[in-house]
Amino acid sequence: MTALRPYQALLARDLRLAFRRRADLLLPLGFAVLVVLLFGIALGGTPERLAPVSAPVIWVTVLLAGFLSLDGLFRPDVDDGTLDQWLAGPTSIVGLMYAKALAHWLLYGVGLTLSTPLLAMLLNLPVDLLPVMLAALAIGTLGATQIGIIAAALTARLRRSGILLALIVMPLYLPLLIFGSGAVDAVRLGESPKGALLLLAAQTVLLLTLAPPAAAAALRIGSDNPP
Amino acid sequence: MNPVWRWFHQLGSPPYFYRFATRWMPWFGISALLLTVIGMYLGFVEAPADYLQGDSFRIMYIHVPAAWMSMFIYGVMALNGAIALIWRIKLSELLFLSCAPIGAMFTAITLITGMFWGKPTWGAYWVWDARLTSELVLLFLYFGVIGLASAYDDLRQGARAAAVLALVGVVNVPIIHFSVKWWNTLHQGETVRIMGKSSIDSSMLWPLLIMALATKLYFVFALLLRTRSALAEQERGKQWVREAMVEAA
Repeated sequence: MTALRPYQALLARDLRLAFRRRADLLLPLGFAVLVVLLFGIALGGTPERLAPVSAPVIWVTVLLAGFLSLDGLFRPDVDDGTLDQWLAGPTSIVGLMYAKALAHWLLYGVGLTLSTPLLAMLLNLPVDLLPVMLAALAIGTLGATQIGIIAAALTARLRRSGILLALIVMPLYLPLLIFGSGAVDAVRLGESPKGALLLLAAQTVLLLTLAPPAAAAALRIGSDNPP
Repeated sequence: MNPVWRWFHQLGSPPYFYRFATRWMPWFGISALLLTVIGMYLGFVEAPADYLQGDSFRIMYIHVPAAWMSMFIYGVMALNGAIALIWRIKLSELLFLSCAPIGAMFTAITLITGMFWGKPTWGAYWVWDARLTSELVLLFLYFGVIGLASAYDDLRQGARAAAVLALVGVVNVPIIHFSVKWWNTLHQGETVRIMGKSSIDSSMLWPLLIMALATKLYFVFALLLRTRSALAEQERGKQWVREAMVEAA
C-alpha cells in the first residue's frame, strides 16, 4: 500500500525518536508512581483507606501522566519546520494526525496501561478489579490521546502552553473519566461493566472520528497563510 | 437582493457595524436596565414566598436567567466562531471574542447564586450534581476560549484557534452533560417549559420572564459595546475610524 507510506513513515519516525530517548519515555511512568506515592502518603497508607479510592486515583494519575507528554507532541515539528513542510506538501494532514495520535497512544496510552498493575499494587487495588481497569484504561487513553492532539495542535505555535493546555484538556476528559471510573465501580459493586465500557468505547470512536480533522484544522490556523 | 439579506451583508462591514452599534447600544442598555429594575421589584417584593423554600427561592430570578444566558451565549459564540472559520468574516471573529467574557460572567453568576441557593435548600454550597458540574465545565470551556485567544500574539489567529476550541466544546457539551447526568443528579427538574404547562405559578413566572428578557437585552448591549471597541482598535489605522473618533470628540 503505497498510499499509506507517508503515514507509516511518520508513525515509525515518532516511535523511533521516542525509543532513542528511553529516559524521556520512562518519565510519565515515574511521574505516575510519584503521584501514587503522594496519594499513598496523604491517605495514611492503610489498605482499608487505599483500596476504595485506588481505581479513581489510578485513573486521574494516568490522565495526568499522559497529559504531561502533550506539550512535546507538535513542538519539535513546529521548531524545525517539519510542520510547514507537511502543510505545504500533498499528504493529507488528517492522515498525519492519525499517525501522530496512534504513535502517542502506543507510547503513552499503552505504556501507562501496561504499568497499571504496578500502580494497582501500590494502592492495594482489589485484584478482581484489575482486568476491567486495564480494559477501561486501554480504551480511555485512546480517547484521551484524541482530545490531547486537538489541544496540542491548538497550542503548538505558542511559546508557552503549560497551564493553558491543562485548561483546554481537563474539562474534555470528564466524560471519559466518568465512564472509565464507572466501569471499575460497576465491577466493585458486583454489576456488569459492559454498559460503561461500551459508552467509553463509543466516546472513543466519536473522538477518533472528529479529533484528527479538528487537530488538522487547528494546525493550519497558525501557518502563515493569508487570512 | 432581499432587504433583510442586504442589511445582514452590510452589517458585516466594519464602518456600518460601528455606526449601527453606536446608534442602538444605548437603547439596549436602557431597556435592559429598566426591565431589570421592574423584574427585580416584581420578583423580590411582589411575588409570594414559596410554600416549601420560603424566600430563598427568589434567588431564582437571578440564577435561572443567568443559567439560560450562560448556555445561550455559548451557542451565539460558537455560531460566530463557525462563521469566522468558514467565511473568515473579520466582524464575526470580534463578535466571537466579545461573547466569551460575557458568557463567562453569566456562568460565574449562575454558579455563585446557585451556591447561595444550594446552602438553604440542599444544606451544602456545592453538590456534585449533573447541572452544577456541567455548568462548572462550561465555565472552564469559556476560560479555555479566552485563554487560548489571548495567548496568540496575532488577534485573528487567536480568534480562529479559539473558534476551533469553541466548536470542539459544542460537540462535547451534550456528552459532558449527559455523562454527568447518568453519573449523579440531585438538581430540581425544569419548572419552566416552552411547550405545555409550566409547573410554576404565573405570579412567580412573570418576573422570571422579564428578567430573562432583561439579560438578553443586556447581552446584546454588552456585545455591541465590546465588539465596537474591539473593532475601533483593530481598524485604528483606517480613515473611517479617525472620522468616527473626531465625530465622537
